[in-house]
Amino acid sequence: MSERTDQQALLEVRDLTVHHGQLRALDRVRFAVFPGEVYAIIGANGAGKSTLLRTICGLHRPTEGSILLDGTDVTGLRPERRATRGIVMVPEGRRLFPSLTLDENLQVGATYARRGPWTTDRVYELFPWMRDRRNQRTAQMSGGEQQSVAIGRALVANPRVLLLDELSLGLAPVVVQRIYGMLPQILATGLTVVLVEQDVSQTLRVATHIHCLLEGRSTLEGRPADVTAEQVEAAYFGLQGSNQLWHGSTRSSRAC
Amino acid sequence: MAWVNAIIQGVLTGGLYALFACGLSLMFGVMKVVNLAHGDLAVVAGYVAVGVITVTHIPVLWSFLIVVPLMAVVGYVLQRTILQTALNRSVLTTLMVTFGLSAVIENGLLQFFTANSRAIGTGLALVSDSFKLGSQIQIAYLLVVIFTVAVAVLLGLQYFLSASKYGRLIRAVADDREAAQLCGADYRHVFGIAAAVAFGTVALAGIAYGMYSQLQPTTGTDTILLFAFAAVVIGGLGSLWGTLLGGVVLGVAQQIGAQINISYEVLAGYLVFLAVLVLRPQGLTARRAQS
Repeated sequence: MSERTDQQALLEVRDLTVHHGQLRALDRVRFAVFPGEVYAIIGANGAGKSTLLRTICGLHRPTEGSILLDGTDVTGLRPERRATRGIVMVPEGRRLFPSLTLDENLQVGATYARRGPWTTDRVYELFPWMRDRRNQRTAQMSGGEQQSVAIGRALVANPRVLLLDELSLGLAPVVVQRIYGMLPQILATGLTVVLVEQDVSQTLRVATHIHCLLEGRSTLEGRPADVTAEQVEAAYFGLQGSNQLWHGSTRSSRAC
Repeated sequence: MAWVNAIIQGVLTGGLYALFACGLSLMFGVMKVVNLAHGDLAVVAGYVAVGVITVTHIPVLWSFLIVVPLMAVVGYVLQRTILQTALNRSVLTTLMVTFGLSAVIENGLLQFFTANSRAIGTGLALVSDSFKLGSQIQIAYLLVVIFTVAVAVLLGLQYFLSASKYGRLIRAVADDREAAQLCGADYRHVFGIAAAVAFGTVALAGIAYGMYSQLQPTTGTDTILLFAFAAVVIGGLGSLWGTLLGGVVLGVAQQIGAQINISYEVLAGYLVFLAVLVLRPQGLTARRAQS
């Protein structure tokens, strides 16, 4: 972390606490993302990863804490205002507009776009198969194709921070590989990515930083090179060390 | 020949019913708001037209240019305030709120305009005259004009929804509100635009009915709203051209009923409405639900 501190963080999450009714989904989570990074949030089912992304883009209101984009507090802004400022999410489950064609989906994404390198044509260059099928409804497409459209729809808004929520959900491993294979091309245009994944090995391959959540709390943060597999495993499952697996359900034994 | 006449009259009346119905269908398709004040708002538009014509002495057809944009603004404001507030609670709340709105409008009209009926006197030969086909079929120019306007409105709506920026946003928001927000679209504003368009068609419907027949404070619920509902259900929810088909089927059923016995006119329409509900609840056009 030390070499990052002299820079201005692009996205900063400060002591974020979010409740779903009585349930505390996130508990004082804090981190900073710097330009050009691929910042990955990992954790088991129900750890609060998706809640974190949905709160960053404004679909959930935090109980406490704040979110800063380039030093400006955006916590009070609605999702659409955050999108036009540059926080754009590819939501879990893709959430395309089923009654619209592929091209129309991209055009909706471009309607309120910031100025920047991404246009629908540029997306068609990134995914050449789309051009021939631009007038098809997305409901007829495969999961991987839909995911690509969802990414394209987010890209044409020219985000500063692109939030990717569980890209791999419901997709075959080979398709997941292909989609993550696009990431360098996307990053080359100057974007910063925050992604959420359950698939840890996939994440460790692409991330510049990882942040592990367990039941709404941060349990580990660092560069993939600086953490050991044991540390990740412990942070992910909530064990002091993997040898404690057999001491099992001791909820008090959380790391960090 | 009398039967042919009944069918022709029914088809043409169907244009008027489609005009009643398309705004209702649009509001439901996009916002999931069942606007029970739909008919009353049409009557308000008709009364406003009467007022505007009386006060300014402008030619009748010019009143459209004032009343339609005015109602569109009313629609936007109503959607952004009362209807949006109701929607934030639940879809059911919108039903109650528009029901209340309907009662307020009806009683307001009774208070200010009394229960006397009013018509929008056109004084135009094109509108008040009719022409004959053969010896038994007499067709009012007005009905032909209204039918043409209805088709033009539906074509316009279709073009607007499929090709314009806001049309695309309206369909996107109807599909997935949250996803549209993530694309930077303020769905409340988009709802407002959709309501403005719907209210524009409501204004047309109200003025057209004022020319075709007579307006009373209660016309909104006992005629316009009910026929609009019937047309939407017969044609199929959320389908634009379905409203024309529904309107035509309703109109033809009424005219055929009237041909058998004049007191069966309204009953025949509702029997078809009931039959469609029982046998084909998704409506005749059977487009898959928008949801």
